[in-house]
Amino acid sequence: MTAGSGPPSGDGLVWRTATELARLLASGELSSVELTGALIERSDAVDPGINAYLHRTDELALEAAGAADARRSRGEAASPFDGVPVAYKDIFVTRGVPTTCGSKILEGWVPPYDATVVERCHGAGLPMLGKTNLDQFAMGSSTENSGFFPSRNPWDTGRVPGGSSGGSAAAVAAGAVPWAWGTDTGGSVRQPGGLCGLVGAKPTYGRISRYGMIAFASSLDQASPLTRSVEDAAALMAIAAGHDPCDSTSIPSPAENYLDGIDGGIEGLRFGIIKEFTGEGSQPGVRARVDDAYTRLEKLGATLQEVSMPSFQHGIPAYYLIAPAEASSNLARFDGVRYGSRVAGDTNIVTMNSMTRDEGFGAEVKRRIMIGTYALSAGFYDAYYGKAQRVRTLIIQDLRRAYESVDLIVCPTSPTTAFKLGERTDDPLAMYLSDVYTVPFNLSGNPAVSVPCGLSSDDGLPVGLQIVAKTLDEKTMFRAAYAFEKDLGFAGSPEGRPRL
Amino acid sequence: MSTAPSRVIETTIGLEIHVELATSSKMFCGCEVAFAGEPNTRTCPVCLGLPGSLPVVNERALEHTIRIARALNCDVASHSFFARKNYFYPDMPKNYQISQYERPLGAGGVLEITGDFPTRRVGITRVHLEEDTGGSLHVGGSGRIADSEYSLEDFNRAGTPLVEIVTEPDIKSADEARAFVTELRAIVEALGVSDVRMEEGSLRVDANISVRNAGETEHGAKVEVKNMNSIRSVGRALEYEEGRQRAALISGDMPVQETRHFDEKAGTTSPMRTKEYAFDYRYFPDPDLVPFEPSDTWIASIERAMPELPVHKRSRLAEQYGLRPADIGILTTSTAIAEWFEEAASAYDGPAQKVANWIIADLFGLCNEAGIPLTECKISPRQLAGLVRLVDSGSISGKQAKQVLGGMFATGDDAALIAEKEGLEQLSDAGELSSVVDEVIAENPDAADKVRAGQMNTVGFLVGRVMRKTKGQANPKLVTDLLTQKLAP
Repeated sequence: MTAGSGPPSGDGLVWRTATELARLLASGELSSVELTGALIERSDAVDPGINAYLHRTDELALEAAGAADARRSRGEAASPFDGVPVAYKDIFVTRGVPTTCGSKILEGWVPPYDATVVERCHGAGLPMLGKTNLDQFAMGSSTENSGFFPSRNPWDTGRVPGGSSGGSAAAVAAGAVPWAWGTDTGGSVRQPGGLCGLVGAKPTYGRISRYGMIAFASSLDQASPLTRSVEDAAALMAIAAGHDPCDSTSIPSPAENYLDGIDGGIEGLRFGIIKEFTGEGSQPGVRARVDDAYTRLEKLGATLQEVSMPSFQHGIPAYYLIAPAEASSNLARFDGVRYGSRVAGDTNIVTMNSMTRDEGFGAEVKRRIMIGTYALSAGFYDAYYGKAQRVRTLIIQDLRRAYESVDLIVCPTSPTTAFKLGERTDDPLAMYLSDVYTVPFNLSGNPAVSVPCGLSSDDGLPVGLQIVAKTLDEKTMFRAAYAFEKDLGFAGSPEGRPRL
Repeated sequence: MSTAPSRVIETTIGLEIHVELATSSKMFCGCEVAFAGEPNTRTCPVCLGLPGSLPVVNERALEHTIRIARALNCDVASHSFFARKNYFYPDMPKNYQISQYERPLGAGGVLEITGDFPTRRVGITRVHLEEDTGGSLHVGGSGRIADSEYSLEDFNRAGTPLVEIVTEPDIKSADEARAFVTELRAIVEALGVSDVRMEEGSLRVDANISVRNAGETEHGAKVEVKNMNSIRSVGRALEYEEGRQRAALISGDMPVQETRHFDEKAGTTSPMRTKEYAFDYRYFPDPDLVPFEPSDTWIASIERAMPELPVHKRSRLAEQYGLRPADIGILTTSTAIAEWFEEAASAYDGPAQKVANWIIADLFGLCNEAGIPLTECKISPRQLAGLVRLVDSGSISGKQAKQVLGGMFATGDDAALIAEKEGLEQLSDAGELSSVVDEVIAENPDAADKVRAGQMNTVGFLVGRVMRKTKGQANPKLVTDLLTQKLAP
């Protein structure tokens, strides 16, 4: 029995992909209110164990579901996905719905406007089920830096779901929502995607508007879907992609239909394997799955060749200068003056600012603000921020050179499977190294997707394969990921979902 | 016996000027740009710096900045970008200001100023574009933030496009500084890019001033002077500061580097609370905005659309109308005044200097008393020309004309109508006057004899008697002619 057949029932429903659910809604076999109700029930059952949500919006979702059903009954569906619920990482601002960015400093803030991503998803008729947990201000790789509580991996609740979009990943992996939005600054969607057995797809920088996405590192942040299938990732990305005049870094060209030709196969595509990423860096179980994946790609008619990226060894250091530098400035506005929490202290403004920030920000946020402030300081700028920007240029050049001879690049998403809660909290460097394979593509701006490539034989946890395309070549990226996903047959199979 | 050699002390001044652009919307969002108004009514997520909001550049502000840069003879950068200037202040919504640091839009310019000093070429270091902050009202204490009970913030002004103009330290006196600001204001006003109202803060001037003994190569300690809210204040503050520093230098009590506040009432400067540490603004390119490259064709099209600059207007007015240089200076302090003059001059066929005299000597006085600008007075340029023509024709005397002008100013009526209403027509009928002249000669035999004897300076006395008898309405020239005829030896 495949997941797509048989009459829809509460339990089976929650594992369907958004694409399957859209078909059921279109055929009238299912209403959005029923679906939303089932997901709310599922969330009630599983969320206490995984802590995926910071704020649930059940009533709003049911209201929106009713409206979607009404549209469908009039034959006026807002989009093919009208009525398929979604969740947002709590970094997207939502009008009238509290938005914290995972930090106490924003506790109580209710934004007066919607992020462009949210607005476009509302426009497509997707009911919002809630706001998901994250490492505060998206700084972290495990959600343990959330100002409220850590989320847990549905595959093993003693382990992290990855981060920073861990709440979104946990919710989708646990069947609480068919798909969800995260953001990816250094791997924050691809890594939790990999660790939770999901698809996490980061578009080309500038492809999706950042308007209304609380900035961590402006030159790296991109909204990115977390889904159960490649098709869903392509569809959700397409809903939000395209030029937005409110974001100056938004690419002016119209977005493509990523589903168009997604099943075209990979016969003849040339894949580059990064020489510098093929050493001892990964867990054996991860390496084995990824090597299997390479073999599978060849079996599907692709060719593999080694490409060298000498600049990638500087990726992590460069990232951990650029991202904190931008963050140190982006986070300056959280000062207790206009919104969020305020710790008054004694009577003067400087003390109020300091105490508010001291109590409101977590340790990792403070660490990065300190690093970033230092990197931008007079006398150090050239040695740190300036040099990191030069590394960034080198990374872009290395990739450009590689793409002269290959169509796609392929590598692991993360060197390890999901680690245990608390395992890396006292070792920031070990935590930072979770992003070693993902960070270079934020620095370069290339689109990259993590697609499940099975379970590690070490611990039975999911492993992600990362496929990276040329700038604005999301279509080829999705086509390759789709072919791989179909051939592997992991997604949608009982093996592909956690026992929760 | 020895005397201390007289010391020659040099003053060095550099100015930092901020001009608020009069664009219809703010620098990075669609909110309206206006002065004052109900607090926090012209705001949105962008100018409030709400989490998630992003700036989008107002192209018109770039264009205005390029206008200013070119008018100050600056080179326009072919590649430019915005940078963040990071510091905390409650009226700054993001706790960084979007500004420019490296590669300002304009650099390397020069502005020539003239006055009662040798013509001075003042270098323009940079012209850059940034966003304005909001405004704070500190309640309680001295009115400064440090000891206030609380502060109120108004973000209506936050995000208004602001052009910063920095000069080289080429200015040598308070007089020159005043002349520089006057000329700069005239230029910016002529360009039509700002209201340039110092009292409303759309033109703000800060100065750096130092003194040193002539011949020294190093500048003295630089004092920054703030709170100069009019061009007059710029002159007064810098004169005071120059004197204070000179006295300090002579007494050996060297001036120190500090920021001083000008007290408008007292006419003095006093130290502001000194900063405990030097600010490090940690400038870096704003990642929310993309670099921009003003094309040569764009710059050229901006230049083509530029109006006549004051310096060109002055030479044209001199050539076209033959006006006195001092009067040209006065008439070109604003585009509106110059236009008003030119309209009046074109409606008048005699020497334009006469029109200028009426504007400068009389009309300005009336406007000042009424507290309105020339352009808002009820008299049209054409009507002023009519008044001058009426005087030329001899219908009214110059003295009467001043009275007529007052009437015109109050009512907006034509000169002829006022003259008629007030019975101010000049008595120019020789027959009618002749009998009055005869009466006066008869009544003043001694004076008449003196004139007959050739003492022509006594004619004036008799003219005065005629004028008195005619209640001032006689045409004095005609009276003089009649008297000299009748009393010819």
